[in-house]
Amino acid sequence: MTDLILTPNINRADDFYAELLAAHENLSKEESDALNARLVLILANHIGGRAVLSQAIKAAQDAG
Amino acid sequence: MNKIFEVPLYPYQHSSDQDASAPVRHPVVIIGAGPIGLAMGIDLAQQGVKVVIVDDNDKVSSGSRAICFAKRPLEILDRLGCGQPMVDKGVKWDVGKVFFDEREVYTFNLLPEEGHQRPAFINLQQYYFEEYLVNRVRELEAQGAPIEIRGGNKVTAIGTHPDHATLEIDTADGPYNIEADWLIACDGAGSPTRQMLGLDFVGRVFEDNFLIADVIMDADFPTERWFWFDPPFNRGQSALLHKQPDGVWRIDLQLGWDIDKEEEKKPENVIPRLKAMLGDDVEFELEWVSIYTFQCRRMEKFRHGRVLFAGDAAHQVSPFGARGANSGLQDTDNLGWKLKLVIDGTADEALLDSYDVERIHGADENILNSTRSTDFITPKSTTSRLLRDAVLDLSEKYEFARPLVNSGRLSVPCTYDGSPLNSADALDGPIKTRPGSSCPDAPLGDEFLLPKLGNKFTLLTIDAEAPDVIEEAEVEVTRLALSVKDDKTGALQERYLGDAPSAVYLIRPDQHVAARRPSFDENLFRAAIRRATGKE
Repeated sequence: MTDLILTPNINRADDFYAELLAAHENLSKEESDALNARLVLILANHIGGRAVLSQAIKAAQDAG
Repeated sequence: MNKIFEVPLYPYQHSSDQDASAPVRHPVVIIGAGPIGLAMGIDLAQQGVKVVIVDDNDKVSSGSRAICFAKRPLEILDRLGCGQPMVDKGVKWDVGKVFFDEREVYTFNLLPEEGHQRPAFINLQQYYFEEYLVNRVRELEAQGAPIEIRGGNKVTAIGTHPDHATLEIDTADGPYNIEADWLIACDGAGSPTRQMLGLDFVGRVFEDNFLIADVIMDADFPTERWFWFDPPFNRGQSALLHKQPDGVWRIDLQLGWDIDKEEEKKPENVIPRLKAMLGDDVEFELEWVSIYTFQCRRMEKFRHGRVLFAGDAAHQVSPFGARGANSGLQDTDNLGWKLKLVIDGTADEALLDSYDVERIHGADENILNSTRSTDFITPKSTTSRLLRDAVLDLSEKYEFARPLVNSGRLSVPCTYDGSPLNSADALDGPIKTRPGSSCPDAPLGDEFLLPKLGNKFTLLTIDAEAPDVIEEAEVEVTRLALSVKDDKTGALQERYLGDAPSAVYLIRPDQHVAARRPSFDENLFRAAIRRATGKE
C-alpha cells in the first residue's frame, strides 16, 4: 500500500502555485470555494486509493 | 562621529569642461553615482574606456536600502577589484526562520554549495557598498585610469542624436553642456533620464507600504533571516528582521495601503511598533527610517540608440528576493565588455542589441519571481489569503508545503538561454554550464576558477588540446588549460564535464558560457567567437 506523500513532490512548485492563484483571479468568494471543491474531488479521483485519501483527510485536519 | 553617508565623498569641483567654448565630447557619460553607475564606470575604466560619472548628489546613499548581495554580484565585484572589502565587512548568513501568527513554523538553511570562493549571500548596507566602490574609483584614478566622478552635477536636459547625446548640466557655478558618444542612465527607479526622454515604464503597482527601519541594538538575535506572516505585533501584515554589520538590524514592517506616510515615519509612531516586535526591554536606537511602496515593471527596451539604461532605471522589482541591486550589477557586467568592443570598433553597434535581449530576459525573470513573492506575502483576495495561510499551516507539520512558502526567491544568476550570442550546445555536459550560463566557481588547489576568467574572452580547456591564443575578427581569446588531475574536490568535473571525458568552453568577458564542445575544432570555435561578438 502506498503511503500519503508529505515530502516535496511538485516539480516547479512556484509555477504550480501561480497557476492555482491565476485560476482564482476575478472569481467571487463563492465561485472560488466552488472551484476549490471541484479541484479537491478531481485530485481525489486521480489518487483513487481509499487509504491514501483517508490519510490525506486526516493530515489536513491535523494541520489546521 | 559622522556617519559615512553624511560625508561628501565626491563634492562638487569646477571642471575645465565648464570653461570650454564648445561642449566637450566624452566617449562615455554615466548618469548616477549609485551602486550601478559606479560599477559601470569601474568596469569601463578598467578596460581603458574614458568615463565621466555625473550625479546631482555628493554622498553615498543614506540608510541601508539594498542590503542583500548575492554570490554572482560578489563575483562581478571581484572582477571589478572590490569584492574583498565587501565580503570582509558583510554579514554572512545561511539560516532563515519562518513564523506564522505566534508560532515558528520552520527553519531553513540555504545550504550553499561547497567549492565557491564567495558566500551565497552577505548583508551589507548600501552606503558601505557605495563607499567601497568610490574607494575603488579613487584607486583607479590614482593609477591613472580614465575615470572621474562629478558630484553636484545635475543633468537638466538630454538631446539624442544618431551618433551621440548632449547633456545640459546644472552646477553651483551655473549650467554647462557636454556631449557623450554613449550615455548610460543609472539614475534609479525614478530615472530623470527616462522621464526627460519620455520613455515608457510599464508594469504592475502594488498597493502596499513598507516601513523600513535600521535599528542599532545589542541584541542576541542570531545571524539569521527571520520572516513573519501575520504576527501578533503586526496583525494581518508581514515583518522581516535581518542583521547588518556594526550591530545594525534591518526591520521591514508591512503597513498596508491606506496610511499616512509622514505620520508613520515619525519616531513616536515607529518606536512603539518596534517595541511590540522586539520586546519592551530591548534597548535600541533608530538610525534610519523610510517608507516605500514598490512596483514591478520595466522599460520596453533598455537601449535607445546611444542611450542605454541599467539597474532600477531600466527595471524595478519588489524587494523580496534581493533582485534589485543584484540584477543591476549583472546589467553592468553584461554591458561593459560589449560597449568596449563597440567603442574600439571591434564589434558593430548591433552587439548592444544583445544587451537588450539578455538583460530583458533577466529582468523578466526577476519581475516574475518578485511578483510571485509579493502575491504570497501580501495576498490580494480572500482565496489567495486562504491558500497562503493553508500553505503556512501545512508547512509547520509537513515538509512538502515548505517549497511553496514564498517570502522571497533569492537572487540567482540569470542564464541567457536563447541568446543570439550563444552557439548551439555541442557537449553532453552538465545543464548548469550550458551556453548562456554564468560560470560556476570551482576550487583549483589553493585558488579558484573565476578569478582566472573575466575581463577578456577565454578558451577553457579541460583535458583537451587547443592553441594558447586564437585571434578571430580582432578579438583575442586566450586559453586556460585545466585538467581533472588538478581537480581535487571533483567540483570542476561535476560542474563542467559531467560524464564527458573532456571539454572546451568559450567564455565571455562577463564569465558567461558562449559555446562548448567535447574538443577543440578551429572552424567551429572561430564561428563561435564571431557569434559571441555579434558578427554572425
